[in-house]
Amino acid sequence: MADKIHQIIETFKQMCLVDKIDQLFVMLKQLVLACVPEALHPLVSGMLSVVLVLSVFPGVFAIITVIERKGLGRIQNRYGPNRVGIPFTKIRLCGFGQFIPDGIKSLTKEDIVPYAADKIVHYLAPVVMLIPVLLSYAVLPFGKNMTVADFDAGLLFFFAVGGAVELSVFMAGWSSHNKYSLLGASRAIAQMISYEIPLILSAVTVVMVVGSLKLVDIVAHQNVYSYGIAHWFVFTPWGLVGCILFFIASLAESNRCPFDLPEAESELIAGYFTEYSGFKFALFFLAEYLGMFAIIGLGVTLFLGGWTSPVSFLTWIPSYLWFMGKVIAIVFVFIWIRGTLPRLRMDQLMNLAWKFMLPLALINVVVAGIWHFMGQLGHEQLRWLVCAVIIFGSYVVLGRGLMRHQKLGKRTYRFAE
Amino acid sequence: MSLPFIIIAFVTLFAAAAAMSLRNLVHCALALVVALAGLAALYLQLDAEFVGFAQILVYVGAVAILIVFAILLTRSGDSPNQAVLTPGWGWGIFISMFVFTALGWAVLNSGVLRAQGAAGSSAAPAATVKDIGKALMEQYVLPLEVIGLLLTAAMIGAVIIALKEPSQIDNSGRKS
Repeated sequence: MADKIHQIIETFKQMCLVDKIDQLFVMLKQLVLACVPEALHPLVSGMLSVVLVLSVFPGVFAIITVIERKGLGRIQNRYGPNRVGIPFTKIRLCGFGQFIPDGIKSLTKEDIVPYAADKIVHYLAPVVMLIPVLLSYAVLPFGKNMTVADFDAGLLFFFAVGGAVELSVFMAGWSSHNKYSLLGASRAIAQMISYEIPLILSAVTVVMVVGSLKLVDIVAHQNVYSYGIAHWFVFTPWGLVGCILFFIASLAESNRCPFDLPEAESELIAGYFTEYSGFKFALFFLAEYLGMFAIIGLGVTLFLGGWTSPVSFLTWIPSYLWFMGKVIAIVFVFIWIRGTLPRLRMDQLMNLAWKFMLPLALINVVVAGIWHFMGQLGHEQLRWLVCAVIIFGSYVVLGRGLMRHQKLGKRTYRFAE
Repeated sequence: MSLPFIIIAFVTLFAAAAAMSLRNLVHCALALVVALAGLAALYLQLDAEFVGFAQILVYVGAVAILIVFAILLTRSGDSPNQAVLTPGWGWGIFISMFVFTALGWAVLNSGVLRAQGAAGSSAAPAATVKDIGKALMEQYVLPLEVIGLLLTAAMIGAVIIALKEPSQIDNSGRKS
């Protein structure tokens, strides 16, 4: 045992400073593992990773809720939370203490279960929602050598556990015995099924080009630099389209504005979790945000290079910081979209998914195939032109087809002028 | 038999029994989901990663959603006042016994099992996702295409059933 610890410390000492910071957590984990007997290794290794995921991402969730409220406040020309700081002092922290009283409030609120509700299903729904979301973090590569469980079919695992979220939405909506909840649930399921198809099809392009469902391999494939710029998939024609389609679909999958019909406050009160209060509501809220981070993390891994840096002279920044930075940047874009775009109507939502995104995703799959085989045949420059022309052409045709019967005129303002 | 297998098998069987015997249709559907997830866990325990995940993706993610969606759209979900055992239960037991025997016979006499017995090893051959994809695209491409055609035909049939007939549109006075 002492030999092992000594060996790990020696390897750590031989690394350069950049690697030392980058591999700090990996080495710490190996150090702890060296201290426990061999039989307990899988258990302790799993526990360490799970504890890290369970402490980091809910923490990020807490900060993001404050940032979201402040950001929306700024967009809507008001202040947002700016009071709560450290108690009994005058330090305000710009309102970033807000999530602590929010959490205490939801913990101590009365848990109201409707009389007519199906008690067991009503109780289980938030749990069934949160657990698959947490499971989906297992396959994401958070940094170099930092993956909880590196499955051979990691991408498939991510989408498979995501399917349970729809089921929990149904459970919540049905068990509440409330018309609004049921309506919200049926809207949510219809929307999630529709947008899951472009989501998966846009991810399939990456699998086709890399030739592996393993997320670590996908990141490794993008960790190549030419002229100092990384080979991220977003920098290719099919990757750009796939990335945009993926993030639009992930907006819909995580029920974010402009696709927040399932929980539209002004129409359905809160959709499927209308009848939830106290900590169960907080669990739904947590699961929704964690699901959003997970799916953004997957998008970052697939198209934005995961933990790699965009330019070769910035590789000294630790890999986990790159990953978290990218995820938070995309979350910021999502908040920005929420503050900017109005909610879609149900028919517009379905039209966008089935008449525009699905055909474009299918064409994109074909384009990725063309890209792959032209690369094999040696047409390195020509394939850029061919792929870009096909994608641009189909985008124009599909967009015009979708807009043909819309009769859109110039926008008129009735009250704002 | 290991402890995980016993636990998973017990949960699966219990959920399957619940799916048959519960009164409320939605509860039955949810119990069926648990049984399907238990099957997926069994596949995973046998190191069949791809089949396990595909089972979750297809059955828990799609088929179960389809079932609950159908229940959601067709009835309010109130429990019916029927007996748990329908009159035809004797036939049901007979048919299920027959299917079980046929499947069991097929599994016990399969070529894979015999080849393994000849080789004298009990370890299952390790198959990666890549191997499965290669086999589907090269060796078994014809069955795959036939299944694809069948599913497409089924889908077109469903669309045709769901389409409103022209006379109905005239009667209701609006286009669908």
